[in-house]
Formats: sequence, structure tokens, C-alpha cells
Amino acid sequence: MGIIRAEKLSFEYTKFTEDGNIESVNRAVDNVDLDVKKGDFIAILGHNGSGKSTLAKHINAILLPTEGALYVDGKDTRDESSLWDIRQEAGMVFQNPDNQIIGSVVEEDVGFGPENMGIPSKEIWERVEESLKAVGMWEYRTNSPNKLSGGQKQRVAIAGVVAMHPKCIVLDEPTAMLDPNGRKEVIRTVRALNDVEEVTVILITHYMEEVIYADKIIVMDEGKIVMQGTPREIFSQVDTLKKYRLDVPQATLLAHELRNAGVALPECILSVKELVDELCQLK
Amino acid sequence: MLRDITLGQYYPVNSIIHKLDSRVKLVGTLAFIISLFFFKSFAGYAVAALFLGIVIKLSKVPLKFMLKGLKAIIILLLITAVFNLFLTPGRPLVTLWKLTITYEGLRQAAFMTIRLIFLIVGSSVMTLTTTPNNLTDGMEKGLRPLGKLRVPVHEVAMMMSIALRFIPILLEETDKIMKAQIARGADFESGNLIKKAKSLVPLLVPLFISAFRRANDLAMAMEARGYHGGEGRTKMKPLIYQNRDRIAYLILLAYLVVSIAIGRLSPV
Repeated sequence: MGIIRAEKLSFEYTKFTEDGNIESVNRAVDNVDLDVKKGDFIAILGHNGSGKSTLAKHINAILLPTEGALYVDGKDTRDESSLWDIRQEAGMVFQNPDNQIIGSVVEEDVGFGPENMGIPSKEIWERVEESLKAVGMWEYRTNSPNKLSGGQKQRVAIAGVVAMHPKCIVLDEPTAMLDPNGRKEVIRTVRALNDVEEVTVILITHYMEEVIYADKIIVMDEGKIVMQGTPREIFSQVDTLKKYRLDVPQATLLAHELRNAGVALPECILSVKELVDELCQLK
Repeated sequence: MLRDITLGQYYPVNSIIHKLDSRVKLVGTLAFIISLFFFKSFAGYAVAALFLGIVIKLSKVPLKFMLKGLKAIIILLLITAVFNLFLTPGRPLVTLWKLTITYEGLRQAAFMTIRLIFLIVGSSVMTLTTTPNNLTDGMEKGLRPLGKLRVPVHEVAMMMSIALRFIPILLEETDKIMKAQIARGADFESGNLIKKAKSLVPLLVPLFISAFRRANDLAMAMEARGYHGGEGRTKMKPLIYQNRDRIAYLILLAYLVVSIAIGRLSPV
């Protein structure tokens, strides 16, 4: 059994009119089955409104399923007595870096999670040091978050989650508001956490370049899981991806077009380097 | 332009006053202000001035910064002084046309001016030597007994520190919205006061909407990181009284006794 398991998970947003009648029901997540193994790097892709963020909020028990169930490390998210355990085990990083930093000094923000868990002061300091070093922000510990760049702020937010010693980190479009450099910083940090600390990572994004390192990609559309597989399996189906209004990495797209034009290239090339290697071998 | 505003005018140097527990500084400021209203003679103010002078010297903050706060209240100072000078009944000293300056008026005006100046400088010592967060922490811990009376002390302190954190962010946002509207032809500069005030409405509406959105996001982020109120929460930087804080309390007590005794008993 995996660390995160969803069984026929559905969630509905109900919109009420002013006098309390139901105006419309929007099924944001529809009958999703999911099984994430410990230590995996999972990427969830999907167009706007595909239900990927809604699904993510279930993992942290911010939203509870309308139907079905979700288990984090064997604990049912609907069980209120294990709510705080679940929030500790499954950390969450959000899109807007400004709106998730609580402290006015970097180190205080990282200490916020452990403070909530009631950890003794001395251990909080150890955890803050260890997690700020893990994301490479230790030198900035006494800075004000307002003085940091977007990528740095997002790394502080990740450190804040890491300090709670989670088994799993859910990142909900962590790079959507960042410039390309910030994006690289954040993704590098997340990959390092996954490789070195063996934290299970669930990355939600719509930048294709970020997901080629994932162990498994899940594509969502209109609340349903429509594709699942390794990056190679997913990106070999360029036309299906296009149907779900998703792009493929540029190198993959170029290779795909070249293949269609008759150049003898293997299926699904993920990076520029691979493409160059393959092209150089052509006679 | 709006970004230049700094709140919580903390002056970062390393001094004994900076190191003191924020509760000591809060209580100290309060005690100092109260003492000012007990004096009946100038001798009391002389003791207060001496005490304040020593504290400022120890804090290593330049006097210039301390006096900066006075600039804002200079009008208030003048009005207070003038009203007290002319409107206090008593033995006449000088008569100018219909206005009379009395001996009591002169004394009263001097008292009020000195009091106000000391009040402002005294509280600047606290804000200049304590970070805003430290201050809210001190308030939270110092007011904890009120929690028994169902006063939400932790919540209020948390709100204050979040407000402090978001002031620069919202200022930046205001700046952005303003520029976006100026770029589309909005005019914030010309016209009379009413027109200027009216032109702020299209600025405030998006600002409020965005503030609510931020609040919603922040609440979710806090919940996701396990925030569930002050109960069972530990502190990363707990406030614990050191020996220097105890000594500071003793000095404070000594100051209170001496200054009030002199201030009330001395004939001048």
C-alpha cells in the first residue's frame, strides 16, 4: 500500500444562490483512484480547471472528499482525530510565495510549522537550521522575506514544510509566479529533496520541462485521470496530450514533427541533449 | 514612492537596551509615562530627564533618531503650549491686548510641553530598540493572564504580527495598482481635496479585493502548516527573564520611587 491512496475520490463545489438554494454543482474531482509509493516523484499535469489543485488540497485534508476516501499513510482524511498528523505528514507548498510566508524573518517563518506541532525550542532551532541548509537558504536566515526574490521565497516556503519532517510534500504550482531562474532554483531544490531526503513529492504544474524527471506523470482533465505513466510513455503521445490542451517539451515536439516529416528519430525524446545526440547519429 | 514608508522604526545596533526582554521595555515605558503625570515640580522632570538620558546613551541609538518623532507633533506642542499659556487663570504676569499670561499659565504650559516631549521620546526608545515581532511576543506573554478572562491574547498578537508582515506587501501592491491606473490615464495628483479623495476609490476597491484574497490564501497556508491557535504551541524564541531583566526591573522601581518622591515633595 502506498503512502497516499485515493479510492473513488470525488469532490463537488456547490454554488448557492443568495437565498440558499443550490444554483449549480461543479464536480471538480471525479472518481479518482490514486496510489503513490513512498519516495516517488509524481507530477500531476492538467489544464486550468482540470481539478489538479482540488485533488492536491485533499492530500493535506484542507478539503474533504464528497464521495470516496483518501488515505495518507493509512489514515483517513475524514477522521478528525488524525487531522494534525496528516497535516504534518503531508506538507503543502502553494502558488503565491508572498501569501504563505507568515514570519517577518526567514528563520521565524521556517519555525512556524514546528511551533504549531509543539516541539521544544531547542529542537525547533535544529530543524530550522537543517531545513534551511537543505534548500540552500541558510545565509538568508535573518533577512526579511520581503527582500527576497520569488524563487528564494518559494525555497523558504519549502523549508518551512521540510522543518515539519513530512513524509510527503505536495507542491501546488510552486513555479507559476516565478521567472525562469526562480523556476529552476525551485525545481532543483525539490529534486534534491526527493533524491537525498527521499521525501515523496507530488508536483502540480503546467510547465512540461519540470516534469521530465518525475517517476510518474498523471494527466488530469475535467476532474478525471486521463493518462498515467512514465514521462517517456506520456510524451510519446503528443497528439493525445494536445487533445487535453497540454504542450510537450520543446525538444520532444521538435522530434515529433521531424519524425512526422520522415526523419528517422526514435519515439519520445525528452531533452535537448538527447535530441542533439540522436540527430548527430543520423547519417 | 509609497515603498519608502517604514513602519516599526527599529534601529539595529547591539546594546544592552536592545537585549532586554521586550516585556521589561513595555512595562518600563508604561511606568515612565505614568511617572510623568505624578510630578508637581520641575525637579521630578529633571530626574526623568536624567533617567531618559542614561537609557538613550545605553541604547546607542543616535539622539537624532529619538527626536525625529517630535517633528510630527510640533503643531500639537505649540497649540498646547499657547492654550495653556493664555487660558489658565491665576496671578497675571504680562497683559497683551486682551490676553493675559499668568504665572500659573506659564508653569502649566512648560509642564505640558515637557510631558509631551518626554512621552514621545520615551516611547521612541522602546520602538527603536525592539523589533515589532519581539514587541508583539512580549505583549502576548505579558498579557497572558488576561487569557483567563477570555481575552484572545494569542490571537490578537498573531493578528498584529501578520499585519506588520503584510504592510510592505500591501504598500507595494498599492503602488502597482496606482501605476497601472496612471498608465491608463487616471489622475491622482490634480484637483481639490474632494476630487483627490474620489480618485482614490478606484484604487481602494482592487486593493481590498486583493487583500481578502491574500487573507484567504494565508489562512489556508497556515492551516496546512498545522496552525490551530495558541494551544499546545511552543515558541522558537521563548521569552525568558535573564538576570539583566531582573536588574532592569529593580532599577525601574528605584527610578519610580525616587522620581515620584522628588517630583511631588520638591518645592520648585
